[in-house]
Amino acid sequence: MADEKIKSPKIQATEQMKQLITEYYIDAKTTKLPEGSHKPICWITSGGPVEFLIAADVIPIYPENHGAMCGAARIAPGLAEVAEKMGFSRDLCSYARADIGGALTESGAIPGGLPKPDFLLCCNNICGTVVKWYEELARIFDVPMFLFDTPFIHVEKPEHATEYVRQQCLELVKFLEERTGSGFSLERFAEVAMLSVEAVDLWKGVLATAESRPSPFTCFDAFIHMAPIVTLRGTQKVVDYYKLLKKEMEDRVAQGVGAVHDEKYRLIWDNIPIWYEMRNLGNLFAENRACLVADTYTTAWAVDIRIEDPLTSMADAYTKVYLNISIDIMLEQLVELMERYEADGLVMHSNRSCKPYSLGQYDLSRAVAERTGKPSLIIEADMTDSRVYSEAQTRERVEAFIESL
Amino acid sequence: MPVAGVDIGSLTAKAVVLQGREVLSTSLTQTGHNSRVAGRRALDMALDRMGLDEGSLGFIVATGYGRTAADFAGERITEITCHARGANRTHPEARTVIDLGGQDSKAIAIDERGKVLDFVMNDKCSAGTGRFLEVMASALEVELDDLGSLSLESTSPASISSVCTVFAESEVVSRVAEGAPKVDIIAGIHQAIASRIYAMAARIPTNEALIITGGVARNIGVVRALEQKFDTRIVVPEMPQHMGALGAAIIAGEHHE
Ligand code: SF4
Repeated sequence: MADEKIKSPKIQATEQMKQLITEYYIDAKTTKLPEGSHKPICWITSGGPVEFLIAADVIPIYPENHGAMCGAARIAPGLAEVAEKMGFSRDLCSYARADIGGALTESGAIPGGLPKPDFLLCCNNICGTVVKWYEELARIFDVPMFLFDTPFIHVEKPEHATEYVRQQCLELVKFLEERTGSGFSLERFAEVAMLSVEAVDLWKGVLATAESRPSPFTCFDAFIHMAPIVTLRGTQKVVDYYKLLKKEMEDRVAQGVGAVHDEKYRLIWDNIPIWYEMRNLGNLFAENRACLVADTYTTAWAVDIRIEDPLTSMADAYTKVYLNISIDIMLEQLVELMERYEADGLVMHSNRSCKPYSLGQYDLSRAVAERTGKPSLIIEADMTDSRVYSEAQTRERVEAFIESL
Repeated sequence: MPVAGVDIGSLTAKAVVLQGREVLSTSLTQTGHNSRVAGRRALDMALDRMGLDEGSLGFIVATGYGRTAADFAGERITEITCHARGANRTHPEARTVIDLGGQDSKAIAIDERGKVLDFVMNDKCSAGTGRFLEVMASALEVELDDLGSLSLESTSPASISSVCTVFAESEVVSRVAEGAPKVDIIAGIHQAIASRIYAMAARIPTNEALIITGGVARNIGVVRALEQKFDTRIVVPEMPQHMGALGAAIIAGEHHE
């Protein structure tokens, strides 16, 4: 075990990213002020089809992104307690608990909490929890909610499923026209979709640079730099930002700069990050010369949209996200990831909050071992609720795992 | 030149001084609140027994939860690796190590050289740990060390369904109130622990060559209950509590070479 801490090089683009996200929240907060007109605000689930909102000039707000910020700032447990006191179970997703707590107390990781929604867009391609959560938000704020229902993919996606989701795209358009009072421009939508595709492609390009040895960044970096693709894809700013980031990563590859000093092991991360522990975990793996080169989480935003037929391909893409597919398809994707990044093992965060992500991890780890011969490690934690996490025990597991590689 | 392994656990700190393959001396002390002091004390105790001092040691490896505090060690290794190496030294045929420590329990699959192939841990609750047994012993007002032999006297073990320390304690209290004999209650507790450990170990490949390490291995009742569950004989090494320190000392020896 290396005792000396060797600092990983800092990613220069981080400053721009921070600025981008800060501006985004400032815009969202100030548009409600003062009296007079304001841009409508819509709260949307992380897997939701945000391109429609951008095209309709609606500001999207992601409670999950805010939940992650609260997790990183270590204030999520306090907000969750507010919801728990109201009777919400501690077994409920901690994003939901923290968000409900934050909505009621008007607080959170940004001053005064998230700007209030004018309406809600809930897409259940990530889980069923979001439906009940958004219904609760609809009650709290007394605003309408649009449910974008994506059928689960067990084996193959049937044609009628795409058609069903495509129809909802049209209904969503109508819903937005009613809420904003102006017509929805399909032309503008195609433009937004194109920018979204461009950003997604750039993001994929960023992630692909980690295929080289040493990897220029770790998944802990990716977790931070994914914020724009999650929240603001479909805008020019995001395209510009990822061009910058991609260039920096390509330069690192060209110069042989690795994120982890003297990279020895390459690992894949599964599940949502443990937001409050990112720095410690990053250091722990780095001290042990292990680089987490890719993950199943940030790749979830690398969806394909075909510009020739944005509506259908969007319906398709939003139905096929990682949490909306069966474990067999997940396994294929995991194996592909392991092979593409030449990984030595798999690190799975068994996330108490997120059942759809965590259920089946033991089976997956076994199946991955059978297919690739590579071992996995399971870390038990929660993405934002640090009350169920033990640092000493996690260190024990991580170090023992790396010792056994 | 002798080398040493120091295992600073949650309840006790242990040291083993090794010369070649020969164990020169061992020690065991309570960890208390200061891991570093406890580790050093364990080391000094083991050295004192041989009239040695630290300067006569070729290398020191620390393990256990308190290992990060062991500034006197040349290297720090997890107890999973160390238990595996220790068990492999005393019982080379062992392929599964069940370590029941003060505050957690683990099952480790190892190969013929003692390399860790896979492991599972239960560190979220105290079921099956020394702490759990301590609580049960005090609820029943018997000595911790007597639990094992008492349970062997049982003819019809009571049913204890919960392995949560808090729930099991109240279950035990109600069994006592119902008038169940203590020996049956204790046997029931051991069975509950064995089921829990068995379920945990099922996540990794286990086979018949089982060895048990850690303080709880001294409880013959738990060992018998585990044997029943796994349907195989389980080896209990001479010094189950020192296996981690032994493994650390073996690794220290390799460093020294
Ligand atoms: S349960 Fe999982 S997918 Fe659903 S909102 Fe929570 S973290 Fe997201």
